[in-house]
Amino acid sequence: MANSSINIRQSNYLGTLRADNWWLYPAFVVFGFTSFVIYATWAAFQGDNYYFDGGLMSEHFGGYLSPMYSPLVWVKSGVHGGAPLHHAWLGEMPAWMPAFVTPAFFIVGFPLAFRFTCYYYRKAYYRAFAGAPPACAVGAVPQKEYKGETGLLIFQNLHRYALYFAILVLFILAYDAFMSFFRDGQLGVGVGSIVLLVNPILLGAYTFGCHSFRHLVGGKMDCMSCSKGRLFAWKNVTKLNMNHELWAWCSLVWVGFTDVYIRLTAMGVIHDFHTWAN
Amino acid sequence: MALRTFKVYRGNDKAGELKEYQVNVEEGMVVLDVLHRIQADQENDMAIRWNCKAGKCGSCSCEINGKPKLSCMTRMNSYGPDEVITVTPIKTFPVIKDLVTDVSWNYAQNKRIKPFQPDPKKKDERGYYMMQEDVERTQEFRKCIECFLCQNVCHVLRDHDRKDAFVGPRFMIRLASLEMHPLDIADRIPEVRKDYGSGYCNITRCCTDVCPEHIQITDNAIIPLKERVVDRYYDPIAWVARKITGDKK
Ligand code: SF4
Ligand code: SF4
Ligand code: FES
Ligand code: FES
Repeated sequence: MANSSINIRQSNYLGTLRADNWWLYPAFVVFGFTSFVIYATWAAFQGDNYYFDGGLMSEHFGGYLSPMYSPLVWVKSGVHGGAPLHHAWLGEMPAWMPAFVTPAFFIVGFPLAFRFTCYYYRKAYYRAFAGAPPACAVGAVPQKEYKGETGLLIFQNLHRYALYFAILVLFILAYDAFMSFFRDGQLGVGVGSIVLLVNPILLGAYTFGCHSFRHLVGGKMDCMSCSKGRLFAWKNVTKLNMNHELWAWCSLVWVGFTDVYIRLTAMGVIHDFHTWAN
Repeated sequence: MALRTFKVYRGNDKAGELKEYQVNVEEGMVVLDVLHRIQADQENDMAIRWNCKAGKCGSCSCEINGKPKLSCMTRMNSYGPDEVITVTPIKTFPVIKDLVTDVSWNYAQNKRIKPFQPDPKKKDERGYYMMQEDVERTQEFRKCIECFLCQNVCHVLRDHDRKDAFVGPRFMIRLASLEMHPLDIADRIPEVRKDYGSGYCNITRCCTDVCPEHIQITDNAIIPLKERVVDRYYDPIAWVARKITGDKK
């Protein structure tokens, strides 16, 4: 008989008796996030091919705008696949802006802050990137004095402020989806419009399933029966909240995919099937 | 009937070994049955804690192939036919002997929590009345069988040994059930932050993953408590609003 002595109480980094593939989840998260971050960084630095309206550069309403570049604060004119000037809130990019700055730079902080402080993403990256813990009942990265979210990470408590901005951005992206059904002022449908329509739907399912939102709409009350409206809202937010992880991933992937689709269309690599004349 | 290999922790808090046993396993057996068979046939002094064999008393918590589980609810056919089964005591609490651990720290935490304090104004001739909607949320938390598997798996207690700072998920749900109670008027939010350590939980959800009662510990208890702590301590707008309305909480 093979008996082996064991120190049952000691914690070792990655130490576990688990025999299943516990590393699959953190590996998946590392792969998913890293791929997205690499692509998003690359796309944000491109500064071109983020807009498509059949090559018209029309001054009329409509066109596809990548969610990674929306809303447009400033745009550079004369860029291939860039948006016409009237789309930007403040018009032409100021000359003093360094050359590498693209319209994506001004808005990337909002979704980043929202997702970074999201209760789901916190779980995912604390596990996968910080090893705190890598998986359940798998030894955590040792820390001299574990502080959790009471130390440096205390800013996570401000997630709800990121939520407020995320809701604003969500409405802007819904407006972009609406805009995508027009080209040169003409109503129509293209594959790109569908892609752009799905985007705010997935983002909405993610944003309105937020734990902070769930708290604010009703969770903070002790007397749920005191406000039927808030109880109703809380129950529906709870339904989305139960699948928060799923919506987080779907919406993330779709944002990336939407940018890829518009980019390839604007570059002329793929053809966007649509109902417009041109 | 099939001969299966088991490795079971034998020892105390200081030293011990994984001892190997060959044991006949029959259809329908759970891990606790097999442990009992080893105890009856091969190792009469093997210490195991159990009581109901129905997943309701929370006594038989242990780790099976590294996963925190109730041994009475873990069916042998959930493992491969040749898989070696390793059974160890829950890691976070001191081992008394073999698979039996000293979980008294948990009861001490429970005593630190301010008890239920009903609002006398809410009592009428019928007594205390509540609407179903109001108790629904906290009913989920009443399903807890105090198996302490969540306390065991929580890395704050398990790996970082911050028992001085954090009461653990089981007591976060107790706190949530009191804080969300429509009749209760005691305020525990300052203690939730300071003494019970809500900020030490980094919402990595292992407690929820292992809970045999499928209580959504993280989503329905800990995060809502963290949000209430945010209302009170971290949200500047809420702070201003309190100043204006003169509301203390
Ligand atoms: S979610 Fe929090 S309480 Fe639950 S196991 Fe993780 S750190 Fe511990
Ligand atoms: S919350 Fe779940 S895991 Fe924790 S003690 Fe209760 S039943 Fe066990
Ligand atoms: S908790 Fe995920 S978005 Fe708020
Ligand atoms: S013996 Fe009661 S829960 Fe397992």
